[in-house]
Amino acid sequence: MIRVELVKRPQHSNFYMLMSPFIAFGLTLVFGALIFLALGKNPFTGLYFYFIDPLSQVWSLHELAIKAGPLIMIAAGLCVCYRSNNWNIGAEGQFIVGAIFGSMIPILMPGFQTVLTLPLMLIMAMVGGAIYAGIPALLKARYNANEILTSLMLVYVAQLLLDWLVRGVWRDPQGFAFPGSVRFPPAATLPEMIPSQGDAHYGFLLALVAAIAVWFFLAKTLKGFEVSVLGLSPRAGKFAGFSASAMVFFSFMLSGALAGLAGISEVSGAIGQLREVISPGYGFAAIIVAFLGRLNPLGTIAAGLLLALTYLGGEAAQISLGISDKVVRVFQGMLLFFVLGCDTLVHYKIRIVSRTAEGSAT
Amino acid sequence: MLDFCLQPFSNAGMVSEEADNNKKQPEEPAPGQTMAGSDGVPMLEVRQIVKSFGPLKANDNVSLSVGSGEIHSLLGENGAGKSTLVKMLYGSLQPDTGEILWQGKPVNITSPSMARQTGIGMVFQHFSLFDSLSVADNILLSLEESFATSDVADKARQLSIDYGLPLNPHSIVGDLSVGERQRVEIVRCLLQNPDLIILDEPTSVLTPQEAENLFETLERLRSEGRSILYISHRLEEVKRMCDRATILRHGKVVGECDPAQETAESLASLMVGTNVNKANRRAAGEIGDPLLEITGANLPAGSPFAIALKNVNLTVRGGEVVGIAGVAGNGQSEFFRLVSGEDVIANADAINIRGTACGSSGINERRSLGAAFVPEERLGHGAIPDLSLSENLLLSRHGSDSAAFLRMGKLGLIRTEITLDATARICEKMDVRKTGEDPDASSLSGGNLQKFIMGRELDRQPSLLIVNQPTWGVDAGAAARIRQAMMDLAQSGCAVLVISQDLDEIFEISDRITVMHDGELSEPIPIEDATYEKIGLLMGGANPGHVLPEVEEHHHDDTTSGGAE
Repeated sequence: MIRVELVKRPQHSNFYMLMSPFIAFGLTLVFGALIFLALGKNPFTGLYFYFIDPLSQVWSLHELAIKAGPLIMIAAGLCVCYRSNNWNIGAEGQFIVGAIFGSMIPILMPGFQTVLTLPLMLIMAMVGGAIYAGIPALLKARYNANEILTSLMLVYVAQLLLDWLVRGVWRDPQGFAFPGSVRFPPAATLPEMIPSQGDAHYGFLLALVAAIAVWFFLAKTLKGFEVSVLGLSPRAGKFAGFSASAMVFFSFMLSGALAGLAGISEVSGAIGQLREVISPGYGFAAIIVAFLGRLNPLGTIAAGLLLALTYLGGEAAQISLGISDKVVRVFQGMLLFFVLGCDTLVHYKIRIVSRTAEGSAT
Repeated sequence: MLDFCLQPFSNAGMVSEEADNNKKQPEEPAPGQTMAGSDGVPMLEVRQIVKSFGPLKANDNVSLSVGSGEIHSLLGENGAGKSTLVKMLYGSLQPDTGEILWQGKPVNITSPSMARQTGIGMVFQHFSLFDSLSVADNILLSLEESFATSDVADKARQLSIDYGLPLNPHSIVGDLSVGERQRVEIVRCLLQNPDLIILDEPTSVLTPQEAENLFETLERLRSEGRSILYISHRLEEVKRMCDRATILRHGKVVGECDPAQETAESLASLMVGTNVNKANRRAAGEIGDPLLEITGANLPAGSPFAIALKNVNLTVRGGEVVGIAGVAGNGQSEFFRLVSGEDVIANADAINIRGTACGSSGINERRSLGAAFVPEERLGHGAIPDLSLSENLLLSRHGSDSAAFLRMGKLGLIRTEITLDATARICEKMDVRKTGEDPDASSLSGGNLQKFIMGRELDRQPSLLIVNQPTWGVDAGAAARIRQAMMDLAQSGCAVLVISQDLDEIFEISDRITVMHDGELSEPIPIEDATYEKIGLLMGGANPGHVLPEVEEHHHDDTTSGGAE
C-alpha cells in the first residue's frame, strides 16, 4: 500500500512564495486549455476569448472595473479577517444585507433627495454589513461557535431575506409584478466616472481607496500590528495585552462594513434598483481574491482585476463559443485550488511512503 | 501487529526490576563494562561531516562515535553546531560531505521517519505535541501503525511508570507543564524501541528530583545496551551521567574526554574557549520599599487540569531578588498569569504594584506602573517567531512606551526607525548574536532570543521585574549573562521576582526563596537559612495539610504494583 504524506520543508523559498500566484495562474491556463479541448473547442481561441478579448475594447474595460470593484473592496476587508485568524466566509451575506440597509433610504424615503442621500446610503450599508457580520462574531466570541459555519449559513438567510423583500413589501407597485424595488432616483445613484466612455461607476474608485487604506492600516498602525499578532499567536497577543475576542468583533465588523459598502455600490451604481439577485457570487469570489493577493490589500487590486476578467471572459466565451457560463466557476475554482496548492507546496514537500516497507521495519 | 509494539513494554518490565536492585548501588554500572558489551563496532559513527549554510560552516569536519550502552554527551554553546549535527543524525538535514555509519554500515538518513526505522529516536527541546489532544492521542499519532487508543494509553502508562516518568495518558497536553510534556516526548520516543536515543537538553525543565528520575531512566536504558546522545548545558550532570563527551565550538570538535575526569570549570572553558565566571554575588544591598505586594490572592483553575492558586501572599521589596522554586506544574504558570495580569481577578487589592491596587487591571496597565514581565516560553508567548525583532520589541512595549514608539495618538502610527534603533541598542547591550539588522525571532538561537527578550524589558528600566524560567534551554554563557543582569537590576534598587525550576539558579541569585506547591506559596526563607534539603522538602509538599499532587500518586501506584515495597 502506498501513502502520500506532506513533509514540512525546513526553509521555504521566498522566490517561490512570490511566484506562487503566477504559477497558479499559469496552471489554470494550461488546465483551462485542456477543458476547452475536452469540450471540442480550439483551446487557443477559447483562451483568447476568455482572457484577451475582454481587454481589447474600452467599454469592456469599464465592465472589468465594475466587476473588480466589489471584489477588491470585499477582499481588502477579508485580508484583515484572515490575517487575524478569523474565517469570515459570509461576505456574500454581508454584501446583501449592506445593500438592503443602504436601499432603505431611496425605497422607504423616496422624497429625501439631497446631496446627503448618497453618503447616507453608503454609511447605512456599512452599518448593515457590520451588524450582520457581528452575528457570527458574537457567536464565536461568546459561545465559541465555529465562525466558518455560522457566517456561511447566514449567507442563505440574507439571500432569502432579500428575495422576500423584493417580491413582497418592497416590490415596485408599478413594476408589472416583476420582483424588484423602485428604480433609484439620480440622487441615490452612484454616478459613472467617465459617462462618455462606459458604465464604470465610482464604486471602483471607492474600492481602490479602501484597499489602500486597509493596507496602510495593516502595515503602519498599532491596531494593524495587533491584527497580525493575534493571528500568529493568541498567547503572545495576550502577553501584549491585546484582546482576542475584541479582535473577532473588530475584524468581522470591518470586513462586514466593506462588504456592505460593496453591496450598496453595486446596487446603486451598477443595477439601479434592489433585485432578487444582486451578486454573481462576489462575496465568495473575494475569498479567492484575498488569497491570490497574498492577504495583502494591495495584492487584492491585481487579483480582483484578474478574477473580474474570469467573469467577463465567461460571458465572452458563452457568446462567442457557445459554452456554458458555468465555466466561470470552474476557472475560479481552479485558480483557488492551484493557488492554495502552490502555497502548500512552498511550505511542504510531498513524500510517497510505501506501507509494506515501513511495516516490516517497525 | 500489536506484538511488535509490545516488545519494548515487556522488556521494560523486566528491566525495571533489575534497576530496582541497582538502586541500592547507583554507581555500580561502570561505564567501561557496559561499553564493552558490543563487539567493538560503535552503534553510531560520524565521519568528517561538513554542513554549510551559505558562508557559515555549521559543522566543519565533525567526527564522533557512540558505543552501544554508552551515554555520550555533546557539549557546546548555543550556535556551536550541536543542533545541526543532531538534525543530520535524525534526518531533518543532509550533510554536504562526510558519512554516517550505523552499526558499522554506512547509512543515508533522508528523513526522521527513516531515522526511526533505523533505530534512532529523538526527544526535542521544543516539543512537537498537539495541545488539544490527550497524551495517548499524541502518542498514537506518532506511531506508524494504528492501534486502539485505550491500548496505547495502557501501554504508555505502563511504560511511563516502568521508566519512572509517571504520566496520566488521558490528560490533555495543553494542561500539562513543560516538564510533564517532556515526559510525553520521552515516552513517545521509547515506544519506538530505539537503539540510540538523542536527548536535547532534557533536564533544563526538570527539578532535581525529576532530573534524578530521568537519570535513573537513562541508566536503565544504558543497561539495556541502548546508546544515548545527551545534549546538555549542565556540566555537573554531564560529569555525573556521561561516559564520554565530545565538545563542539564554532562547528568544530575541540575535544573529546571522559567527563568524570574533568571539572565543571575545565569543561566549561573547553566549551566557550575562555573561563566562565559565576554571577558575582553582590553585597547585601539596601532593601527598599515593597514594590510588589500580593495579599490573599486566589485564582480558580481555568480548566480541569490547571492548578488553582490558593491564598497567595508575597512581598517583594526594591533591591532584592526573590526566587520561587517548585516542581513543574504546581501553579507557576498560573501564578505568572496572575501577577502579570494576563489573567485578571475581581479583587483589585489582592495585587499591589508600587502601592497601586491592580488585581483587576490588565497587563499593560501594570507595565505602566513600572512592572516588566518575561514569560516561560520564548516562542509563541514572549516572542512571535514569524515577526522581526523590532516588531517583537513592540509586542511588550507598545503600551508602556507608546510615547516613544507611536505617534498621532489614537491613530497609533508605528515609528519604525525608533523601534529599529531600540532593537539595535538592546542587541548590543545584551550581546545578542544575529544575522542581519532585524531578523525574524525564529532565526535566533534560544539563548540569544532569551537575551533579547530579557534586554527588551531591562531597556525600559523597570522597577519590578518578574521572570518565569529565565534560563530554560539557554547556554552557559547566556545564562550567566542573564543572571548577572537580574542581580545588577536588583542592585540598582529594582525588585526582582524569579520563578525557576533550576535550584542552582535560585540559590545563586536569590535573597529570599519561597516554594510553590500545589498552588500555594510557602513562607519565604532568607538565603542564609536556606538549604537544598529544606527547599526540597517544601517542593515535595512537606507543609502539613497539603494534598499530594497527581504525580506523587502515580509514584505510589508504581511502587505498589511493582511490588518493590
